[in-house]
Amino acid sequence: QAAWSSEGFGSHWVRSVSVDLNNDASLVIDIPDALCERDKVKFTVHTKTTLSSFQKPEFSVPRQHEEFIWLHDTIVETEEYAGLIIPPAPPKPDFEGPREKMHKLGEGESSMTKEEYAKMKQELEAEYLAVFKKTVQVHEVFLQRFSSHPIFRKDRNFQIFLEYDQDLSVRRKNAKEMFGGFFKNMVKSADEVLISGVKEVDEFFEQEKTFLLDYSSKIKDATAKAEKMTRSHKNVADDYNHISGALNSTAADNNTAFKKHLEKYAEVFEKLRKLEDRVASDQELKLTELLRYYTRDIQAAKDLLYRRARALADNENSNKALDKARLKGKDIAQAEENQKQCLQKFDKLSESGKKELTSFKARRVVAFRKNLIEMTELEIKHAKVRRLKCCVYHYMFTRQCSGSHGKPGNLREF
Amino acid sequence: MAASSERSPPPFPDSEEPELLEDSDEGADAFTGTSISEMDSPSPDSTRPPKDIFNEPPEDIFSDPLSNINSEPQKKVDAKIPSPSSDEAVDLFSDPLDDDSEVMSSPEVQNPMPDLLNEPVEAPKSDVLGEPPVSSVKKAASSEMFGDDDDDEDLFKEPPKVVTKKPQPSGPPVDVFTEVKSDVKVKPQVKDDPTDLFAEEALTAPAPKPSAGSSSSRTNGVHSEEQDLFSEATVELSLDSPRNDRKNKDAVKPSVSAPAAPVASSSSKAPSKTLKELEEEESEDKFDLNISITNPEKVGDGMNAYMAYKVSTQTSLTMFRSKTFTVRRRFSDFLGLFEKLSEKHSQNGYLIPPPPEKSILGMTKVKVGKEDPSSAEFVERRRAALERYLQRVVSHPSLLQDPDVREFLEKEELPRAVSTQALSGAGFLKMLNKATDAVSKMTIKMNEQDVWFDEKIQDVENEEQHLRKLHVMVESLVNHRKELSGNTAVFAKSVAMLGSSEDNTALSRALSQLAEVEDRIEQLHQEQASNDFFTFSELLADYIRLLGAVRGCFDQRMKAWQRWQDAENMLQKKREAEAKLLWANKPDKLQQAKDEITEWEAKVTQYEREFERISATVRKEVIRFDKEKARDFNRQVIKYLESLLHSQQQLIKYWDAFLPEAKAIV
Repeated sequence: QAAWSSEGFGSHWVRSVSVDLNNDASLVIDIPDALCERDKVKFTVHTKTTLSSFQKPEFSVPRQHEEFIWLHDTIVETEEYAGLIIPPAPPKPDFEGPREKMHKLGEGESSMTKEEYAKMKQELEAEYLAVFKKTVQVHEVFLQRFSSHPIFRKDRNFQIFLEYDQDLSVRRKNAKEMFGGFFKNMVKSADEVLISGVKEVDEFFEQEKTFLLDYSSKIKDATAKAEKMTRSHKNVADDYNHISGALNSTAADNNTAFKKHLEKYAEVFEKLRKLEDRVASDQELKLTELLRYYTRDIQAAKDLLYRRARALADNENSNKALDKARLKGKDIAQAEENQKQCLQKFDKLSESGKKELTSFKARRVVAFRKNLIEMTELEIKHAKVRRLKCCVYHYMFTRQCSGSHGKPGNLREF
Repeated sequence: MAASSERSPPPFPDSEEPELLEDSDEGADAFTGTSISEMDSPSPDSTRPPKDIFNEPPEDIFSDPLSNINSEPQKKVDAKIPSPSSDEAVDLFSDPLDDDSEVMSSPEVQNPMPDLLNEPVEAPKSDVLGEPPVSSVKKAASSEMFGDDDDDEDLFKEPPKVVTKKPQPSGPPVDVFTEVKSDVKVKPQVKDDPTDLFAEEALTAPAPKPSAGSSSSRTNGVHSEEQDLFSEATVELSLDSPRNDRKNKDAVKPSVSAPAAPVASSSSKAPSKTLKELEEEESEDKFDLNISITNPEKVGDGMNAYMAYKVSTQTSLTMFRSKTFTVRRRFSDFLGLFEKLSEKHSQNGYLIPPPPEKSILGMTKVKVGKEDPSSAEFVERRRAALERYLQRVVSHPSLLQDPDVREFLEKEELPRAVSTQALSGAGFLKMLNKATDAVSKMTIKMNEQDVWFDEKIQDVENEEQHLRKLHVMVESLVNHRKELSGNTAVFAKSVAMLGSSEDNTALSRALSQLAEVEDRIEQLHQEQASNDFFTFSELLADYIRLLGAVRGCFDQRMKAWQRWQDAENMLQKKREAEAKLLWANKPDKLQQAKDEITEWEAKVTQYEREFERISATVRKEVIRFDKEKARDFNRQVIKYLESLLHSQQQLIKYWDAFLPEAKAIV
């Protein structure tokens, strides 16, 4: 079994979806550390606060992915948040890629040369670290979305999540799964409701609906395409790595002056590997992750629209019921009460929904701007570094070629 | 991960620390590896290389006939002779912002100067200015900067020293500018650079950071990037300008390079061997013959169609009737030439370069006349392979003398080579391998007396295995890069769609610009994939085939040995027969036996001599092959790096143009 330590990881830390959510110093959350245990990841959730609703100004608790999901679900279930965009739940940590590679590594250990094994291990570690970072990141952003929201930050369950230093015992798996299934069905039919549903009364929401439906499918597509692109970029980097290894083993068996050259070529490809890897992983973090995040966030916004559409439908139904009651002269008071409540709920939902969607738009534009700028700057930087490396090597090899001029050769090889 | 639970890296700056170190290490490497082991020592001689690199290669291409023959890259340079060095220089060192390659390539010395002055001083500077603000903004926000910075630092750790050596960063160009007339001043700096490279790296270990502004090491790192690009630019600068007063230079050289000399001299032994080796080969084959294959053309229709290629020769050798001539040849002619050469020379131990393999599938496509890219690629691939093949044939001093080679190059009409139909390259190789198998059985019997051969045979076999593996990996690189290109194109389209759906005008615009950038990058990937293939993969394919031919040479030698041994055995038998006759007292047959012994004794002597001769030839051939190989690889790697450089250059340009778009999002 391949053993590794965190010190060995070679790739660099670039924050992915920087949403700049920790603006308010009164409640600052981060995940400074996480522990990977089989397929479980334990996150250390660290909180610093000046709010009096917490017992201490600073504390850390261990949390698992399932507990994050629990938090998400309880928030979704809370009726009074129906008018808010609920931060999308972080995806389940997926270590399938690195695990598969590790399996291959374990299997092929005997048949591989030392170089090949080392190269494979290197790739594996880099990939593992990348997944790990992404996972931590996305869980952190999830919590920061709550902490930066004026209403969510006051949520009791959220505060318990942050503060309670014991296991939250959220393992009601069956019930939760059932609920999850039910919820998913609701989401699925949401699109239909949104499209066919009741006649929209508010132009703002009509526009939002069209926009979000269209945007959602486009961004989903772009995410998938970006994932594919980054993956093939990674493959190119891996190929460089293998080429470097193969050149090294060619050099190892060479007994002529050519050996040195081969070693240099291997070095060139090793450098290329490293740089290409960075390009790929930065692209992944800055672009693909951004798209991925907003695919989920847009889904959350669509869910809000759906809840409002439901309220609209309820409202209309209550109107009809009231009309009927009046016609029949039966249960009028009850129907009136019901109609009033529905209208109230709908108005409240519409109002907060409008606010939420407007701020969502602003947030999205800011995040895209930030990430695109950062990605572009990284691309430029990486290209410059690669250019320079190529220059250095080019200089070196050209020199080697032409350096022989002017001196008559007299040293025979034998 | 599965078995044990490990502490994860804290996802904060601390986790970068080890990496930072590792990185800076490697950064040093980039320079040091270079300088110590491979670059020439900065002794008086070594001052030449910097000049060489940019000044001489173009000249070489003329003066050194050999280099003319073998490489495509140089042919290209040939075409634009007036400005090869400057052209390249722009490619290598100029800032993306600077597009004045034309100006630089002008032959005038004076003109480029101001330009160069502008360039290193201004262009890179804007670079640096461009980056630090970014970094400072980010630094405040998060740990990113650690990740970001280490790159710059790792590469440019040393350059501060460059700074200390030179009065100030902007010194050289200013110097150059003011001293254009004398030019002497330029040179010290020019030479300084290579020297720096050594000195730096030799010194880095003991003196961690003698940089003046250690207080702001980070910005220093960035600064030095500029510094460095810039010092490279100085080297380039020397190319154009000081050409005319090389003598002066010689006078200045020793003093400047002196300090660094002792440092590097000890480590420069190894490379000098390499260099000498290369020298030797160049002095060996001095001939002027340049062959190119162009204009592949389909002749005829249907299944009888074939491709004809224009074979152009340019030479000053007197053995040819004229200086330039052109013939048209088809693939089977090339195979025919190979066959004729093999028949005549392979038994002498000569290494006959094998032609490209016949490809029924590829050719059928061409014949059917499908105008798809794969058949165009096939034709180009074959054209290039035939060109390399022919260049290898004529660069062999003995084969060049062969009348069939001359005929092939000169004669208008060749008798149609019929037998090649069956004996394509692949077929021949198969046959050769069969022979190898047969011979390898003998190997067990053959007690190799010659250690050199003993090792070499093993080495060649190993190398072939390695190159095969390597080839598979490079093929995979080609495929993955093509895939990347395709996926980038698809992504570009998808982003364009996303842009059209975006309701924020600026973001929508930025996204469609991004789509355009990705579209261009797709092109770059595609070009690079073709470079991966033609520059790298084909080189390996050639050498796998050539190593097969080398093994063929070993087999020829083995056959000669076998013949000699058989003769020895026969002689032994004859002697025994004679002894029997003596014993049986049959004098009438004795004379005949004695005659036979004399006859076989002569044969043994002859075969032994033949074996020795073929051994010597094979040995010479293999050594020559090794050198050609080293040179071929070096040349191709340089070419490959150039293609990568070009890609990076373009990338920088594209992203630079996109950056304001991203910033314009509101």
